[in-house]
Amino acid sequence: MTTAQLPPKTEKATPSRKPADDQESGKVLNVFSHGFLILWAAMVILPVVWVMINSFRASGDIKSDPFGIPLEAHWENFAGAWVEANLGQYFLNTVIVLLMSVTGTMLLGAMAAYVLARYDFPGNRFFFMMFVAGMMFPVFLALFPLYKTMDNVGLKDTHVGLAIVYIAYSLPFTVFFLTAFFRSLPNGVAEAAMIDGAGHYRLFWQVMLPMAKPGLISITIFNVIGQWNQFLLPLVLMNRNKDGQVLSVGLASLTSEAGKQVDTGVLFAGMALAMLPVLIAYILFQRQIQAGMTAGALK
Amino acid sequence: MFVASFLVLPVGLYLWLVIMPFIQAFQISLTDWSGYTTGFNYIGFDNFINMWDDPKQWVIPGFTHTGIILLVLPVIVIAMALFFAFMLNVGGRSQGGVSGVRGAGFYKIVYFFPQVLATAIIAIVWAQIYKPPTTGGLLASALEAVGLPYPENGFMGSTSLVLPGIIAVMVWSSVGFYLVYFSSAMAAIPQDIYEAARIDGASRTKTFFQITLPLLWESVQTAWIYLGIIALDGFVLVFMMTPSQGGPNHSSEVIGGAIYKFAFGSGNDAGMASAIGVVLFLAVLILTVVSLRVTRRERIEF
Repeated sequence: MTTAQLPPKTEKATPSRKPADDQESGKVLNVFSHGFLILWAAMVILPVVWVMINSFRASGDIKSDPFGIPLEAHWENFAGAWVEANLGQYFLNTVIVLLMSVTGTMLLGAMAAYVLARYDFPGNRFFFMMFVAGMMFPVFLALFPLYKTMDNVGLKDTHVGLAIVYIAYSLPFTVFFLTAFFRSLPNGVAEAAMIDGAGHYRLFWQVMLPMAKPGLISITIFNVIGQWNQFLLPLVLMNRNKDGQVLSVGLASLTSEAGKQVDTGVLFAGMALAMLPVLIAYILFQRQIQAGMTAGALK
Repeated sequence: MFVASFLVLPVGLYLWLVIMPFIQAFQISLTDWSGYTTGFNYIGFDNFINMWDDPKQWVIPGFTHTGIILLVLPVIVIAMALFFAFMLNVGGRSQGGVSGVRGAGFYKIVYFFPQVLATAIIAIVWAQIYKPPTTGGLLASALEAVGLPYPENGFMGSTSLVLPGIIAVMVWSSVGFYLVYFSSAMAAIPQDIYEAARIDGASRTKTFFQITLPLLWESVQTAWIYLGIIALDGFVLVFMMTPSQGGPNHSSEVIGGAIYKFAFGSGNDAGMASAIGVVLFLAVLILTVVSLRVTRRERIEF
């Protein structure tokens, strides 16, 4: 039980230092670091709680006393946000766009990644590098030409157009991630299926896709959150279709110049409504979400 | 045949909507196109020269503030995330077995939450928190209540506080993610290394700097690059939270904002927007290569 136990490649862990001294400093460190942990937890929780509480309060009350608790629940805030401020419509729009874009991203991404990972053909490496390069481009650079392109084909301000753009911009990472995943799948199963008479298409749909399920789930979570988060693309590509706008930009318009007359209580109710489904989904699936996003973002 | 049938759609879509626009952006950067007229002239590299004395004051403040965010954000986020991750994974007891502090699982759940909130929602929530006390701003009202100085016009209305305020929100929303990321990297470090160090009497601080950090170096490097990209993306917060989308008095202009305003805002100069975009692209390229070189170390196997 000495230094000999250290694997040779790690840095020297210097012994020395009196244990008593160490315990003393340990205690100070304990109080300090626990305090800091609790403080940060409070900093994350408090704004969320504050929004939830204020969503039940009247506008005037919030302004005069931001820390107060609601004396009576102003449910009309929620009705106002959902109907008058149009959040219900925006929410529906977001769901429609995401249904199309996430399905499309996963389908096209899996198809491209699959052939890039498991088939040898001329240009294989070129296509792969082309997708990977896309991860490096700042979206800002393409924003204006993209706007013009969508305008020219009449897909600007449409949900289908927005979904297609989401798919195109989610492909680089999805392909990159899934290629690595498909490569890691065992060859034996594929060969066995081929011997049993499965064609290439059948092999993909009935054997490889089910085997890739863990990877597909990770990257789906990653894409759902990423596309739900989109702000810049819908801001630019949906700017003439106010009723077709997605939730993030729709919420923003509540606070912008045009929406100055919006009641603060309604604004808080809107924030609460936008947060609630995410909060619930997160609490239910936090393990998968954390795993999916960290695996997805930083492989 | 099979390969082609699987590739044609994704590659086609990608070429059309990602690659083509990027190539066009390079082309537009060499023109005087406003973006709304049909005709335009090629003017060579004029945009690249003219942007440095831009009368609208978007470009230079934009590059400066983006540069500041780029320096400050990764340092703060990585330091905090590493500290939290260390506490939650190994910081538990100073004697005996290796474990995290009590409630580690709870902290991990809570800290990560901002990551799943849309940036637009985060921006609106924090805009409310930063408001002046007269309109119910949480932070300024709290400072007022305990008798500390606070900004009259709210945090976003003060030229000296607006940028730190934006960076604080970026830190708030990303620490949890990197905490979880570093945690999983730490979990891969064999326990007996820690135990051996502990038996030899190494303090937690020493354990952290001499064992955890060197073994985590590769993850830190990756995190650094991703945070750099986030730093360049700070525009959504600036767009939604600050007065006149970069104010007050240009004290929160960022480079994304300059591009956006030239292309879609009152700038009306697609050529200039694209030229700034090209400069940004080159800057990202250089930064990535340089930071990969500078932080390169020998890989430690374990």
